[in-house]
Amino acid sequence: MNAKFLAARFDLIAIGCSAGGFDLLNDLLPRLPADFPAAIAVVIHIAPASRNGIVEVLAPKCRLPLKEAEDKELVRPATIYFAPPGYHLLVEPDRRFTLSVDEPVNYSRPSIDVLFESAAIAYRERLLGILLSGANSDGAAGLQSIRNLKGKIFVQDPKEATHPEMPRAALDLGPADAVVSLEDLYRFVGGSALG
Amino acid sequence: MVELETIDIEIRLLLEGIFIRYGADFRDYSPASVRRRVVLAMEKGGIPSVSQLQERVLARPEAFDSLLQFLLVPTSEMFRDPSYFRTIRETVVPLLKTYPSLKIWVAGCSNGEELYSLAILLREEGLLEKTILYATDINPKALERAKNGIYPIDLAPKFTDNYQKAGGRAAFSDYYRAGYGSIILDASLRTNVVFADHSLATDNVFAEIQFISCRNVLIYFNRKLQDRSFRLFADSLGFRGFLGIGSKETLRFSNVYPEFEEFAAVERIYRKRRAV
Repeated sequence: MNAKFLAARFDLIAIGCSAGGFDLLNDLLPRLPADFPAAIAVVIHIAPASRNGIVEVLAPKCRLPLKEAEDKELVRPATIYFAPPGYHLLVEPDRRFTLSVDEPVNYSRPSIDVLFESAAIAYRERLLGILLSGANSDGAAGLQSIRNLKGKIFVQDPKEATHPEMPRAALDLGPADAVVSLEDLYRFVGGSALG
Repeated sequence: MVELETIDIEIRLLLEGIFIRYGADFRDYSPASVRRRVVLAMEKGGIPSVSQLQERVLARPEAFDSLLQFLLVPTSEMFRDPSYFRTIRETVVPLLKTYPSLKIWVAGCSNGEELYSLAILLREEGLLEKTILYATDINPKALERAKNGIYPIDLAPKFTDNYQKAGGRAAFSDYYRAGYGSIILDASLRTNVVFADHSLATDNVFAEIQFISCRNVLIYFNRKLQDRSFRLFADSLGFRGFLGIGSKETLRFSNVYPEFEEFAAVERIYRKRRAV
């Protein structure tokens, strides 16, 4: 275990965001150092038409490999995966990704809840769920699944989120292990413990 | 903790029971997806445990049939991923035109959206008359809907938009009439369609096919069943036949990969190589 990183307590960090999320990811993900220990899986709500756009924009800026998750692909550490637009992203118990075209959840496909709930089963206490800015309530139920299975959850401070509805909905449903500021997130991705 | 491990055991027993009782084989479906669907079925049906669900499903075929509707999710649209159909039209069709007759297989056709999309494309390219289309699925209700070719009218704008982006040569409205809140597709599109119960998990080759389209079906399988399906497709395809899969699926990890070339890589259309 790499003592430098709080993130080393986790095998997977699952991140969900919606409106306002892209700017945050654009700010946070390029800060991840090349020796970041965990895998990262991201669901961001975007229209299916904008396929691959986010990956194309963010990948060149990041030190970690950043790609769209492929069906039945093994989840590797120190890699950032994005749910493909138009598909739900799930993690299998054997820690491979699975895609699905099941009906939208919370009007969304990909849905944050679907990723969080399946990852909670696959990773249990080795999962950290982070919910960021957004204008709906996707992810709230999924965070509780993570908690119920002994994983940890961070919720962006609604006061700082450009769209506070999503973090607020999560906090209304149940407590988080930490309500994090942008500064907290910088420290977390940069390697040190929360302040 | 104990509860959650129990549910996985119970689901395996349920799937084993379904296989023994009904012959439908979900044992090699993706565990994450199956679990999600089973939990949804339990929530919707007010059934408190998988064991109780199993009891009902094994005792009553109607209960199995309604669980089937949860396990097999029909969520397609006509001309889904229009660029797939545009690519077929522009690059595959010219080669298909050189055959005296054609057999095309839509594997896992669900409610038939993909089938009718291909039928319209083939008609516009003058190929429909010389083609037999096989539309197969393991869900009898979905096959029935596919045979009817009736879809909710509120989907028409999306279908129309897709059709145009797919390079449609006419107006999408030429292919249906509206009524009772539905669009009813032109029945002549299915004159040469054979609808059949066929399982990628348990059934085998049934014809020599020139083009197989199977999109967003195999993502519900584990790798073992994906491999079985790809093997079946490779064995079903005639000389230099084509295989189209979903835009987020790949043949790359399969044993049959060396037998294919990437014909239209972005659209995931593969072509069988000459036998070596």
